[in-house]
Amino acid sequence: MAMIRDIFKRKRDEKEATIPSKAAKDVPEGLMTKCPNCKHITLTKELENLGKVCPKCDHHFKMTARERIVYLLDDSSFDSVDDHLKSENPLNFPGYSEKVQADSEKTGLNEAVLTGTGSLKGQQVVVAVMDSHFRMGSMGSVVGEKITRAVELATKLKVPFLIFTASGGARMQEGVLSLMQMAKTSVALKRHSNEGLLFVSILTHPTTGGVSASFASVGDINLAEPKALIGFAGRRVIEQTVREKLPEDFQTAEFLLDHGQLDAVVHRSKMRETLSTIVQLHVKGAGSDA
Amino acid sequence: MPKKKMKTMAFEEPLIELRKKISELKEYTKTADVDLSSEITSLEERFAKLEEEIYENMKPWDRVQVARHPERPTTLDYLPLVFKDFIELHGDRVYGDDEAIIGGIGSFEGQPVTIIGHQRGKDTKENVRRNFGMPHPEGYRKALRLMKQAEKFGRPVICLIDTKGAYPGRAAEERGQSEAIARNLVEMAGLEVPVLSIVIGEGGSGGALALGVGNQILMLENSTFSVISPEGAASILWKDAALAKTAAEAMKITAPDLLEMGIIEHMIPEVRGGAHHDTARQAQLISGAIRYSLKELEGLSAEQLISQRYEKFRAIGVFTE
Repeated sequence: MAMIRDIFKRKRDEKEATIPSKAAKDVPEGLMTKCPNCKHITLTKELENLGKVCPKCDHHFKMTARERIVYLLDDSSFDSVDDHLKSENPLNFPGYSEKVQADSEKTGLNEAVLTGTGSLKGQQVVVAVMDSHFRMGSMGSVVGEKITRAVELATKLKVPFLIFTASGGARMQEGVLSLMQMAKTSVALKRHSNEGLLFVSILTHPTTGGVSASFASVGDINLAEPKALIGFAGRRVIEQTVREKLPEDFQTAEFLLDHGQLDAVVHRSKMRETLSTIVQLHVKGAGSDA
Repeated sequence: MPKKKMKTMAFEEPLIELRKKISELKEYTKTADVDLSSEITSLEERFAKLEEEIYENMKPWDRVQVARHPERPTTLDYLPLVFKDFIELHGDRVYGDDEAIIGGIGSFEGQPVTIIGHQRGKDTKENVRRNFGMPHPEGYRKALRLMKQAEKFGRPVICLIDTKGAYPGRAAEERGQSEAIARNLVEMAGLEVPVLSIVIGEGGSGGALALGVGNQILMLENSTFSVISPEGAASILWKDAALAKTAAEAMKITAPDLLEMGIIEHMIPEVRGGAHHDTARQAQLISGAIRYSLKELEGLSAEQLISQRYEKFRAIGVFTE
């Protein structure tokens, strides 16, 4: 009897496996990618060539920090710094160290931001790229420290500082230490600014909470990618406090642009061009004849 | 003894019980013909001992309760007791005047200063007016305007922090809550005058930090400074807001915790049981702390003040290399 039941059971399992489930739709693994916005399916290779922008609906997929660097900077010009910094568990939160470790293995990063020097059409810059695949891009001590050091490096080298933000905000597991990273990065940015140096913040999906309320919002120029979610408080929190329906485009890059909070929304395919022009226009003594 | 009925907190219950018993006995001896004075004395001794035990061993969650006590003195309560000649200055010159933040000029022991503080209400009407002490962007922009004004006239800035956080609302987002806070952080970093930030109640996240980039941060003994409320932390981390008490301990948000972590410079002692038991005395303790801190910063040049502030915040963070 038991054997007969086993046979049936196996059959049922097999049958279930052939029913197209949500996960099954994504196969063959890695070859094709479906747009979460319009469901259009594109060859992954082609999508990468397009900078991970859906050819049908223009949806900007999330990028990893490394993908961003490759897409943005001159070929092999990037030298990362501070990859050796490691997060601790200052409040002894159960499971926190393990989560950081797991995300580190998953992303190949030591923390939720990648920093270093590179060149943009031949112009030297310091860049910081946050990666939302690492603990939602949240900012703890190491993220704050890496960004601060990157700003200090830019100040020392007298070059522009560019940051791509992607973060859920301050990292709760490090408590008030995370909050203070907002102040730490700010004091460094003030010094960079006092030297007459350029800081461009590029807000990508999503940039919220403590990151939105610190360095992300105080670039000399603030750009954003289309449709990126940008805001201080979470939509649900606001809906609960104001008890009204929020507009569909609330806290999108376009919404912020409409309300005077951004300089421009820039399509990813134009980002390298736009940034290199901005940097070029801030070279001391630069003119249209240069 | 309190003049009017004051809200008591759970951790104080044994004291309240005992106090009631003592006064009952006293009432009784007035009418009855028995001498209970020795019993009363022993009860009063027990009361004193219990009081010491309870108030000297306050747990983080107890402190959270005190920090949130509806009768806890606010910026407006301390203003006339700590400063003289206060003149309130309104508005951000761009959009409006946010009454969740009060600002103005006055003098501290003869020295002109700029005072900026969060202002919450003590009753519903006042709380509506003050938006529960949760500022909109124009509040932070008013604060920054007044800081810049202080810088122009070379007077110290004293910020009193007391907020659950910046207001999470549609209008706040539309007018750039993030930018307003972020701008304050950066601009405070560069102020050429001494800046003291004193947490007098709740120091809730970015909305508190926007007045917090001082040369020194001081905290009242029963105040808190945190990245998220204990309830918020509990509901996100453990999906249960009821674990707020546990979160309050784990998150290290009290003045003694932050002093130990080296994030704040000084802790201002509170009158026994919390500032609300004696506002005048508490104001004296605050005055003493301001005097001491201003003295410590005395003689520093603009450049030195800026680099001291830089080093203070630069050093915060726990990691390995």
